[in-house]
Amino acid sequence: MAEMRYREALNEALAEELERDPNVYLMGQDIGVFGGAFKVTEGLLERFGEKRVRDTPISENTIVGLGVGSAMTGLRPVIELMTINFSLLALDQIVNHAAHIRYMFGGQVSVPLVIRMPQGAGHQLGPTHSHSFEALYLHVPGLLVAAPSTPADAKGLLKTAIRDDNPVIFIEHETLYGQRGDVPAGPDFTVPFGQAAIRREGTDVTIIGISRMAITAGLAAEQLAGEHGIDAEVIDPRTLRPLDLDTILDSVRKTNRCVIVEEGWPHGGVGANLAALIQEQAFDYLDAPVGRVTGVDAPMPYAKNLEQISFPHEAEVIEAVLALFGERSVGLNG
Amino acid sequence: MAEHPLPAAQTCLEWLTKMNLIRRFEERAGEQYTRAKIGGFLHLAIGEEATVVGAVAALRPDDYMIATYRSHGQTIARGSDPGRVMAELFGRVDGLCRGRGGSMHMFDLEHRFMGGFGIVGGNLPIAAGFGLTSDYLGNDEVTLCQFGDGASNQGTFGETLNLAALWSLPVVFMVTNNQFGMGTALERHSAQTDLQRKGESFGVPGMECDGMDVVDTWKVTSEAVKIAREQRQPVLVEAVNYRFRGHSMADPEDYRSEAEVLEWSKRDPLKTFAERLIAEGVITEPEREAIDEQAMATVDRAVEFADASPAPEPGSLYEDIYVLGDQVRGWYSTDHRGAGVRKGEDLS
Ligand SMILES: Cc1ncc(C[n+]2csc(CCOP(=O)(O)OP(=O)(O)O)c2C)c(N)n1
Repeated sequence: MAEMRYREALNEALAEELERDPNVYLMGQDIGVFGGAFKVTEGLLERFGEKRVRDTPISENTIVGLGVGSAMTGLRPVIELMTINFSLLALDQIVNHAAHIRYMFGGQVSVPLVIRMPQGAGHQLGPTHSHSFEALYLHVPGLLVAAPSTPADAKGLLKTAIRDDNPVIFIEHETLYGQRGDVPAGPDFTVPFGQAAIRREGTDVTIIGISRMAITAGLAAEQLAGEHGIDAEVIDPRTLRPLDLDTILDSVRKTNRCVIVEEGWPHGGVGANLAALIQEQAFDYLDAPVGRVTGVDAPMPYAKNLEQISFPHEAEVIEAVLALFGERSVGLNG
Repeated sequence: MAEHPLPAAQTCLEWLTKMNLIRRFEERAGEQYTRAKIGGFLHLAIGEEATVVGAVAALRPDDYMIATYRSHGQTIARGSDPGRVMAELFGRVDGLCRGRGGSMHMFDLEHRFMGGFGIVGGNLPIAAGFGLTSDYLGNDEVTLCQFGDGASNQGTFGETLNLAALWSLPVVFMVTNNQFGMGTALERHSAQTDLQRKGESFGVPGMECDGMDVVDTWKVTSEAVKIAREQRQPVLVEAVNYRFRGHSMADPEDYRSEAEVLEWSKRDPLKTFAERLIAEGVITEPEREAIDEQAMATVDRAVEFADASPAPEPGSLYEDIYVLGDQVRGWYSTDHRGAGVRKGEDLS
């Protein structure tokens, strides 16, 4: 175990995988000389050279397409896009090609490609730099989607992503890069896909937090225990595809209540999807409708006060949980 | 364009046989389409056989070839079994892609025909990716990427040529200028109509070939492939040709005159090549007829094969969406056919 930051954990994962497999290479804008927009790839160019750590022009769609082509022919590219908003320029290559090539060509090739990128609000970057798009990529069959919330998961899931033979959308969070946490040492440490983490055990309600919202959910759970006597179980799915629905359903069958917390938009969101799956699979166990706490249904505003009320914080999670118990929190909305 | 001397007789025969087979295959595919054996879009390459066969002839078997939604001919020229190509058109389990791709998405890994891509301009970055692999692994394989004149206006064209030049990738980009992007004529869609010059600002050398002449196409493409292979850099080749049929089967062709089509058809690449071979004594008229009969017989067998091939099992619907590892956990796919959720690997 070593304490390190989320960005350092990612860096370590990349370095170990570059070391392990000569066909792994990195490519992205400013990942080499500059060290990465969020300094995730710092030092890797010096260590592994220009063949393995490639600075690219600002051509998102083409960079991803290059990744797809090289993955089809034996390499294992790990692409960094500066933010998830910029991945929209690459949506054609991601959806039409990366996700579908194996299927549309009858299984003759696979596309072992990782696309890493950060999402999320909190830095006042406004409507073109701050969104959360897990739902967008979760929507697409053929893609796997990972969204680590801790340094340990950042490292372990990234290593698994690089070793996986499917295209993986690897969603980091801008506000988590500086977060510290214990990370198991050694190049053999990985975190499997499709295995949710139970962050806190509890008996009264299941709170599912996606990406950074797993942290927010955990903080809310502590307050619920301390101030309201509600014992919440907190689940971080870690990967949305494959989804560890079994762990979620086991929890809901135990607690009989569920709230899903995500930073993205409500319509067609991850929560909407999980709520549908939970009611299909565990309707008889529910004592209340599945609750959702989401980002607001608006583009991300710049003004600090508006930005702060555009994505969930502990207070909204607590309110949503209390609502399932027919209570309202004191002081929130009167 | 200067007429080149013919290559060896055996080579000429091979090319004529392939061009003839592609022509007959395409004609039959069109026919099968009107009989509703084939669904979706069907883009035929009738008139473009010399571009296809001449370009493929410039490649080694271990080179990569990638093209567009108009690529039955390319995959056949690379060596695919015509029966399996027809079966793909029919949406059958013995199709090259097991009925998953259809006409627009042919693929044959064994012959390094790396696809059939339905997104205009979408195949260029992928071609550069193949080039990157060759460069990375340090081998001398070359990639040939065909796309249309219309595709040269996509962002991926400029982005890919820039990257391929910047990273010295061994890729030959061949723009097949058949004069139209669907119904929009070249001069109405491209500010630069001398398409071979479109890579100039990236330092990508341009060449032009007569895409109606298999020998010229082969010669020029061979030169481009040699540059890519030996000098490790991309080249842009413009193959000037003409498609005799509509853009797809659903094209009334109101955008061009019959006279224009007639004028170009005088240069029919199959007819002119066959006539030249006869004139230069490489083959006789009866031999030419025999080649054609052989092509018809091959196409007959292809249709029989496709007809006999079963439709894919409904249970195979979820196969090959994912590569499932040994220790698969979690739900990969949600089955829309019922409330139940199934694991990808549970669907048999
Ligand atoms: C991104 C995209 N836009 C539009 C289309 C529809 N479309 C299919 S083929 C075509 C014309 C392409 O012309 P060109 O590149 O010259 O190739 P050709 O068909 O002549 O071989 C169009 C507009 C598409 N398939 N993909």
